[in-house]
Amino acid sequence: MTKDYRHTLSVLVKHNLNTLSRIIGIFSAKGFELASVTFASEADPGMARVTITTYGDEKTVEQINKHLHNVVDVLKVTDLTHKKCIERELAIIKVSTAKAGRPEIMLIAQAFKAKVIDITSDKLALEVTGNTDKVDAMIEVLKPYGIAEMSRSGSVALKREFQGAVNIN
Amino acid sequence: MKSNGQNSTAKKMDVPATLKPVQKPTSDAQTHNGAELLIKTLADLGVDTIFGYPGGAVLPIYDALFNNHELKHILVRHEQAGVHAADGYSRATGKPGVVLATSGPGGTNTVTGIATAMMDSIPLVVLTGQVPTSVIGNDAFQEADIVGITRPITKQNYLVRDVNNLESVLREAFHIATHGRPGPVLVDMPKDMLNSRVMFKGTKHVDIPSFKPTIHGHQPQIAKAARMLSEAKRPLIYVGGGAILGEAWKEVTEFAERLNIPVTTTLMGLGAFPESKPQSVGMLGMHGTWYANMAMTECDVLLAVGARFDDRVTGRLNGFSQNSRKIHIDIDPSCIGKNVDVEVPIVGDVKRVIPAIDKLATPPEISEWWDTIHTWKKEHPLVVPKADDQIYPQHMIKMISEITEGNAIVVTDVGQHQMWAAQHYQYNHPRSWITSGGLGTMGFGFPAAMGAAMACPDRDVVCITGDGGFQMLTCELATAVEYKIPVKIAIMNNACLGMVRQWQQLFFDNRTSYSVFGSNNPDFVKMADAYGMIGMRATNPKEMREVLEKGMAIKDAPVLMDFSVVENENCYPMVPSGAALFEMVESDEECKK
Repeated sequence: MTKDYRHTLSVLVKHNLNTLSRIIGIFSAKGFELASVTFASEADPGMARVTITTYGDEKTVEQINKHLHNVVDVLKVTDLTHKKCIERELAIIKVSTAKAGRPEIMLIAQAFKAKVIDITSDKLALEVTGNTDKVDAMIEVLKPYGIAEMSRSGSVALKREFQGAVNIN
Repeated sequence: MKSNGQNSTAKKMDVPATLKPVQKPTSDAQTHNGAELLIKTLADLGVDTIFGYPGGAVLPIYDALFNNHELKHILVRHEQAGVHAADGYSRATGKPGVVLATSGPGGTNTVTGIATAMMDSIPLVVLTGQVPTSVIGNDAFQEADIVGITRPITKQNYLVRDVNNLESVLREAFHIATHGRPGPVLVDMPKDMLNSRVMFKGTKHVDIPSFKPTIHGHQPQIAKAARMLSEAKRPLIYVGGGAILGEAWKEVTEFAERLNIPVTTTLMGLGAFPESKPQSVGMLGMHGTWYANMAMTECDVLLAVGARFDDRVTGRLNGFSQNSRKIHIDIDPSCIGKNVDVEVPIVGDVKRVIPAIDKLATPPEISEWWDTIHTWKKEHPLVVPKADDQIYPQHMIKMISEITEGNAIVVTDVGQHQMWAAQHYQYNHPRSWITSGGLGTMGFGFPAAMGAAMACPDRDVVCITGDGGFQMLTCELATAVEYKIPVKIAIMNNACLGMVRQWQQLFFDNRTSYSVFGSNNPDFVKMADAYGMIGMRATNPKEMREVLEKGMAIKDAPVLMDFSVVENENCYPMVPSGAALFEMVESDEECKK
């Protein structure tokens, strides 16, 4: 058994709900893990991109890949895990300012390049963008102050065009 | 409400042209309503028979079927039986089976049949009516989200929302059902689609960019496979249902004969390689032959051909064929490496890959391996107990095999009789063994046999069934009688659910909980009589021969033969659940140890 890794799969599909349901259905029917999923239109009309993050060993993820390919309306599956990719997630986090006050929270926000998008008497709403690790890290830091509510988008990702290494010489 | 579709002749009355609304398109050569388009498209796709049951949402289709001579519609008595019949029709011919059912309960009744076909990769197109689009989602009368319900048990399914897409959706459905790894496809058609006017296009070409199954195997892998087989000391070819579905029986047989390599088939692969050939070691798996399972355990190179390493085939995985290097040919990449790791995966059509390997391989030197297999065969044959005063189940199958000379299409239900039928009938022809292997659907046998008999009117079709499974869809006796479908129903009547009882005896300390019918079974001969067909009973081998000879001679009507067999006989050899293939047992005594 190989080790479990987080995998990001980018799936190009025909834009219809039946396809999305079939993709989700694979995970529930076969017992694969589904950490996050996003679904939205592509530039091509009638097409959509599904970005899935999942955990599993190489063998499991290979099976997920094959099952995704078997869905009739799936055009392309790209496993971005071992490729250079651009991956972003957005989170909106409402943090209580009761314990530490606004300035301290805003300082943390600054460190993560997060934006303050709403202020009330006892809460701050922050918007943060980054890869999942960064969003996780910020949530960890904010937890002690009291997270009132939170909404994460799940990862969206694309392969980087440049897959080589920079030659310094 | 499932009303009879044949009482609407009033609709057909001619209306004087002047009275027709001017703007509304009329029913001329150019346009049809959706229902008529459906029938026209089915006929254009080469469909000759559909199995169906009417109801409110599909009344427009039944109206289009009224006096239609292009399609033969078989009125079944239960939608589940309709799907099994279409399934049997498909397994006997290779053509896609077609089913028609109404919305709501009509659709939900097809579910078991669709799941059965999905597990065994049978191409079906299931057509269901749906409530009008304007009320979808409103819990309308006889509304069910059949697309949602059947999503995990279909290869693809559709809800038609624009009648202009109906024809292309139907063509796609048939294309998807029959290409790549076959499977069932469902098309759900709201009633307003069936009533809307639409033009028949007749465009035969189907192109689905996202659906391009891999047909040709990867050449370097093919070369590697050929090398491994040529150098093998103890090779084995393991043939599954894919060789039947891919119509590769000729290629597989020629290949195995030329290389003189032993061949074992799975339950689904029976008939892909003739059991009369010296290379055959019969079926493997839970109730396979002792020697096939030992060959699987001991082989050094394993060639899997359109098989999926099912748990009933492998037994305990960490005891399965541990010392072999494995080659796996399958058209579905998700079948490869799913249960068992393989060294050489080849994604492709078996019918093309086998000849490609054949071209490069040379017969291996394996006379010692053959000596071992011959010794196993001699020491551990399949046993057929016989007695003068009672019928042993194995004897019943042997006699059917003998009387039909191994040339019948055998269709079974699920349970002990199924395993005995797999073991003791000699299968020499493909598409002559029809059984629910993957899902194990009781009730499948009889309606599937009707479908096979409809498809192959010139062949004998024997439905070997149990008293349990047969009772699940006996309503179809009416269908068989109505259409004079010459199915020979042979009930292996042990007055219990034999396989359940066997497991309870062996693994639950003989606590036969709710598995014994005893005298509560109906009188099957009287039942046949009630439906207006011939029924016969046999309780000893002499009567059995008479009944079988008489029954098999009837060629123009169904016949029911009730064979009272030894009630407590158990099916051996057997790999107990959780055991490895080499731990298989051959008797009750051995099992209890």
